[in-house]
Amino acid sequence: MRRIVVAVVSTVSGLIMLFAYHTSTMGPGGSTTALGGTSGGLTDPTTSTPDPTPTATAGHRPRHTPSTTASPAGASGTFTGDVANTQWGPVQVQLTVVSGKITKSEAVQYPQGTFRDEQINSYALPILSQEVVDRQSGNIDAISGATITSEGYYQSLQSALDRANL
Amino acid sequence: MATAEPTPAAPRRAWVEQVMGMPVSIHLRGPRAGSGEAARRVAQVYRELASVDMVFSTYRPRSPVSLVAAGELALADAGAGVQEVAALCELARERTDGAFDAWLPGADPQQRRFDPSGLVKGWAVERAAARLDELDGVDHYLNAGGDIALAADLAAARPPWRIGIEDPRDPANLVSVLELAAGGVATSGTAHRGGHVLDPATGRPPESLRSVTVTGPSLMWADVYATAALVRGEAALDWLEKLEGYAGLLVSSEGVQATTGWAGEVPPH
Repeated sequence: MRRIVVAVVSTVSGLIMLFAYHTSTMGPGGSTTALGGTSGGLTDPTTSTPDPTPTATAGHRPRHTPSTTASPAGASGTFTGDVANTQWGPVQVQLTVVSGKITKSEAVQYPQGTFRDEQINSYALPILSQEVVDRQSGNIDAISGATITSEGYYQSLQSALDRANL
Repeated sequence: MATAEPTPAAPRRAWVEQVMGMPVSIHLRGPRAGSGEAARRVAQVYRELASVDMVFSTYRPRSPVSLVAAGELALADAGAGVQEVAALCELARERTDGAFDAWLPGADPQQRRFDPSGLVKGWAVERAAARLDELDGVDHYLNAGGDIALAADLAAARPPWRIGIEDPRDPANLVSVLELAAGGVATSGTAHRGGHVLDPATGRPPESLRSVTVTGPSLMWADVYATAALVRGEAALDWLEKLEGYAGLLVSSEGVQATTGWAGEVPPH
């Protein structure tokens, strides 16, 4: 079966990681949960096992630090997902959470090998970061909209969702 | 902490192909989503859509529909599929009080050309997606250029599909999120390609609304109603409200409005 070219994929894997994030479990009293990996998706399940670890600051942290202790008001902290080794390169996503709400999301590591990658990252990553922050809309399965045309497809959120499960 | 996952997610698979001039994604979810039978069904769906395109494309000058539009072929000789669609277009014109019309004004105001594209897509996608209903233990959705036919088996303890409605004013954002287990979601808009919806009265794109999303039991009718509502403009809200079994979301430059039956959250602005 002929599939649409996979030229844009490098970042999209970054997008996917964000979509796979379950916001509902981040509510009051909730525990941390998957930042990375989608079932049967791009990432190899064995290398992308979700293992987010809260740290007070971004940057280096010990692996497998003790589990977060979410306060009744909701967890706060910076959550960095495991590095997912996708076939296009490693992708790692970091979320900043204040009282159970995502206030910032960014890819701290993503494929940067080529000009094309960088070009794609420059628009695709901000799009999804903003999306997650604005709508807290983890776990969207599909997008209905008028821009999912041939021309708009690669920039559409739907294309990220498709890529997640191809 | 990885044990926090409440239930193991069902296996998923997706396909994307360019058919009928648009990207068509099929997503399957469930224990048998990766089976050979599932893949065969998906291939059938794409083949069916491709064959519909051969008959109905207005971009292929020798397609039966192009020949009908050019007056070189009588509708009665255009085949059963074309006649079925033409009859549905007539029904759609009646149900929308003329806001949906497959007979568009052409350069010559005396002559109208037959262009059922606005209905064919929903008709074909809904029909093709029905092939996936027969797959046991597999939920599906089919997204054809933003119009979605879907089914999820809630009895099998799987969740409904979560559908984000794109904000036409900023396609990186969503205006609403719906959870659905059956039926269709269609969005018509002026957002991206400009006027691909024409007002039958003027032959020009409608202006006041940016997009209309309609959801209900049939994707084809949801699509027809969304197109008709876009043509009607701001007055469409009251009209959509009266459609039994369907709900709508209207986005204009000024804000977002929904019918009372709309199941998703709507932003206050």
